[in-house]
Amino acid sequence: MSNYRIQGATGEWEVVIGLEVHAQVTSQSKLFSGADTTFGAEPNTQVSLVDAAMPGMLPVPNAECIRQAVRTGMAIEAQINKYSRFDRKNYFYADLPQGYQISQLYHPIVGEGQLLIEKDEKAGIPEDKIIGIERIHVEQDAGKLMHDQHPTMSYVDLNRCGVALMEIVSKPDMTSPAEAGAYVRKLRSILRYVGSCDGNMEQGSMRADVNVSVRKVGDTELGTRTETKNVNSVRFVMAVIESEVRRQVDLIEDRGTVVQETRLYDPDKNETRSMRSKEDAHDYRYFPDPDLLPVNLEDSFLEECRASLPELPDAKRTRYIEELGLSEYNAAVLTVEVETFARFETLLDITAKHLGKPESEIATTVANWSMSTAPGVVKSLGDEANLEYATAEAQAAILGMQGAGDISGSQAKEIYEIVLKTGRDPAEIADTEGLKQVSDTGAIEAAIDDILASNEDKVEQYKGGKDKLFGFFVGQTMKAMKGQANPQVVNQILKGKLG
Amino acid sequence: MSNLTDLGVAAIRDGVANGDFSAREVAEAFNANVAAAADLNAFIVTTPERALEAADGVDADRAAGKELGSMAGVPIGMKDLFATKGVQTTAASHILEGFTPQYESTVSSNLWAAGAGMLGKLNLDQFAMGSSNETSYFGNVTSPWRRPDGSNTPMSPGGSSGGSSTAVSARLAPAATGTDTGGSIRQPAAFTGITGVKPTYGRCSRWGVVAFASSLDQAGPMAHDVRDCAIMLGAMAGFDPKDSTSLDLPVPDWEAALNSDLKGKKVGIPKEYRMEGTDPEILQSWDNGIAWLKDAGAEIVEISLPHTKYALPAYYIIAPAEASSNLARYDGVRYGLRDLPDGAGLQDMYAETRAAGFGDEVKRRVLIGTYVLSAGFYDAYYNQAQKIRTLVAQDFEKAWEHCDVILAPTTPSASFGLGEKDDDPLGMYLNDVFAVPASLAGLPAMSVPCGVTSEGLPLGLQIVGKAFDEQGVMNAGLAIEERAGFTAKPEKWW
Repeated sequence: MSNYRIQGATGEWEVVIGLEVHAQVTSQSKLFSGADTTFGAEPNTQVSLVDAAMPGMLPVPNAECIRQAVRTGMAIEAQINKYSRFDRKNYFYADLPQGYQISQLYHPIVGEGQLLIEKDEKAGIPEDKIIGIERIHVEQDAGKLMHDQHPTMSYVDLNRCGVALMEIVSKPDMTSPAEAGAYVRKLRSILRYVGSCDGNMEQGSMRADVNVSVRKVGDTELGTRTETKNVNSVRFVMAVIESEVRRQVDLIEDRGTVVQETRLYDPDKNETRSMRSKEDAHDYRYFPDPDLLPVNLEDSFLEECRASLPELPDAKRTRYIEELGLSEYNAAVLTVEVETFARFETLLDITAKHLGKPESEIATTVANWSMSTAPGVVKSLGDEANLEYATAEAQAAILGMQGAGDISGSQAKEIYEIVLKTGRDPAEIADTEGLKQVSDTGAIEAAIDDILASNEDKVEQYKGGKDKLFGFFVGQTMKAMKGQANPQVVNQILKGKLG
Repeated sequence: MSNLTDLGVAAIRDGVANGDFSAREVAEAFNANVAAAADLNAFIVTTPERALEAADGVDADRAAGKELGSMAGVPIGMKDLFATKGVQTTAASHILEGFTPQYESTVSSNLWAAGAGMLGKLNLDQFAMGSSNETSYFGNVTSPWRRPDGSNTPMSPGGSSGGSSTAVSARLAPAATGTDTGGSIRQPAAFTGITGVKPTYGRCSRWGVVAFASSLDQAGPMAHDVRDCAIMLGAMAGFDPKDSTSLDLPVPDWEAALNSDLKGKKVGIPKEYRMEGTDPEILQSWDNGIAWLKDAGAEIVEISLPHTKYALPAYYIIAPAEASSNLARYDGVRYGLRDLPDGAGLQDMYAETRAAGFGDEVKRRVLIGTYVLSAGFYDAYYNQAQKIRTLVAQDFEKAWEHCDVILAPTTPSASFGLGEKDDDPLGMYLNDVFAVPASLAGLPAMSVPCGVTSEGLPLGLQIVGKAFDEQGVMNAGLAIEERAGFTAKPEKWW
């Protein structure tokens, strides 16, 4: 239970949140037509006769969209319904050519599932929490109205019309804006792992309808909820909840009542406003679409879907901690984004091969490099960095040299800087730029002998118990070696000589 | 050459193939009949040039020694519910007046590919909603048949495929496409003394056919006799990946397998169809049919289809429900009629466009359909109707344990005068009472002419078969055809 509470004039309130997330299914073509789905095309260039609802046109289901919905369901450990059906949701709007949206009301393809949000004490999530998922159904997106093209008319762009969406409906299990934010982030992460949605919220690939109600702490009945439509970022989801909670509490404490209604969020004013109340709610007259047969999923299809699932975020995080020995923090950061873990795993793999060492032995070094060192170098270079040169091979070569003791950590950074500016080969840079550390014990020993001979007093003090002087000897040696000596070798020889 | 227009599909196909006459001569003869029959109002648009073009293609192919298609040289009428590329397609509505599709329906494509040509687009009840062809925006179709009482009352050709039935019956076309949702092929065929087949649901693709009620709509042939229907259905049918409800089955050679010997076959006579108050002439025609099928070697068995009386009400819930949704796309936004008063908004445009664009019967059904799907009524109407639909289908399943085909009247009466049922929409709906059960069950069914009433108007008998058994249906139809000796023709008055 989160400890999120709203202080009202009459006491403490808590909030109950449910989310309906619309996720655009990653597919070449639309849910029921062959039209392309690429984002950003010229208006009305990706519209088939079916999308435009020409007379006599019929929908034909796109098996890939069904497959992606099933895989998504499996990724949230949900019940997959082997029998599902499409229904028509009837309403008139200019962006809806058929006059109905093909959706799934009565028999959705995915039933109950769940998702884990991790504890985040700073954000007010004291422990890991399971959020229930009610269902996932597949439906068509609508087109887009453009009101800024003409002084008195609106234009319609049907490119998006008919694109497949998954509507992922949570249970009302979230009790703070932080939990809702964590839920959306985790869901986005899973969708991107599975590859069923690109999770691009700016382009509208993921949008949330936010259901919020409040009640006095200790009450068991749910309050009247409002639904704020089409919220398109995690930040806005959290902001909607905060503003809606405040509004509802103020309203009730002012002896008003919350009306069940649909609201819109205005990010500029950071407030929601009423779109339509329950009384003007459409009667959608849902009924089974007679143009489509029920969807019956075969066992072999389900097996293929399951076999195609990648390692999912929770499993990956656990493996990073338990098998690779990464810290919880590193494991958490590396597993959020597909690109991040993919870069890390590639680098880890190549580096391990370079060094001939098991991955677990070098995972922390590689993790630190990819999470902190490498991004740091890129950031410090700014525009000078050419990211095309930031290949896994180049980075693995650097990490390999570092792991073998050929270069130091700071030399690794310097070499990487040059790589990013020029694309030159790291080993060649190390050679020609003198960016190598000396591990040759003879040279180091000679330098140490010199230093010990000319600092006899300090050697005496050290032997007399002044341990801190060890650092002084190391520093002198490194200085004499122009910083290129392998510190481990220096330490080793010094310790031997000083007894 | 005037007798060319008395020929049917098989005779024209064979005559063209044999070189007895050219396809062009046939097309010209029918074009002339079409042009001379404006009084019947069977066509919304005529396309004589298309008929000639197709005919010339066939003649050229024949001259070149190429293999000819199954409909080669046969000009046909196309019900104006099928989208035809470059030719106005209206569903007999104002809202689609002037709409010219850039695509061709699968069924019409199949027919052109088989060598047929198009004489024109045939009138029908608006959006295929009607049983008398009185709901077309383009005016009533008048049957070529008249009562021989000298009154010259214009008679109904039936509906919704009334343009098709009139065109074939009046020899304006040797054959025509029809569509049947709840009897729209069979009833007009019966009213005009021609033969019509509604195949199993899914046999003919619905792609490119303006939808009325998707779960019921089926295209089929209307022609002079069973053989012609068998040939034409063979050309129309086939799996279409663009229609999810299309049957993925091979198309049998129905013509080749026609056989009127019914030895070993059992014909079911449903006792529930013997309704009180049924016209004695209808009952007499039914008894004749029973005798003929017995004569053809079949065993007659009484069967029961206990849910028959609920079929019609269920149909008039399901079909309007689907129609109310299917017709939502006619909104004035993208094509067809747009009625946008000055300064009006989107809602006004919808209201004005649809008020002006749809006729009364269409509006009636959209309202009924909207009502039965509404919150609070859905369970009581739509869901109940769907349950009845299942029960009706089960009735047939049980019947097939006792028989191979079912014989029944096609309609409860012969044709009536145009306007005679204007004030009685329910009476009009009753026309479909014998046709609707097979529609709800998705079964193949046909109407075959069986005689004339004392008034001299044609009557039809209906045969219903098992799913996919169009052959059994047409074989029984052939047995009746051979014995009924139906040769009556409307006398030309137009």
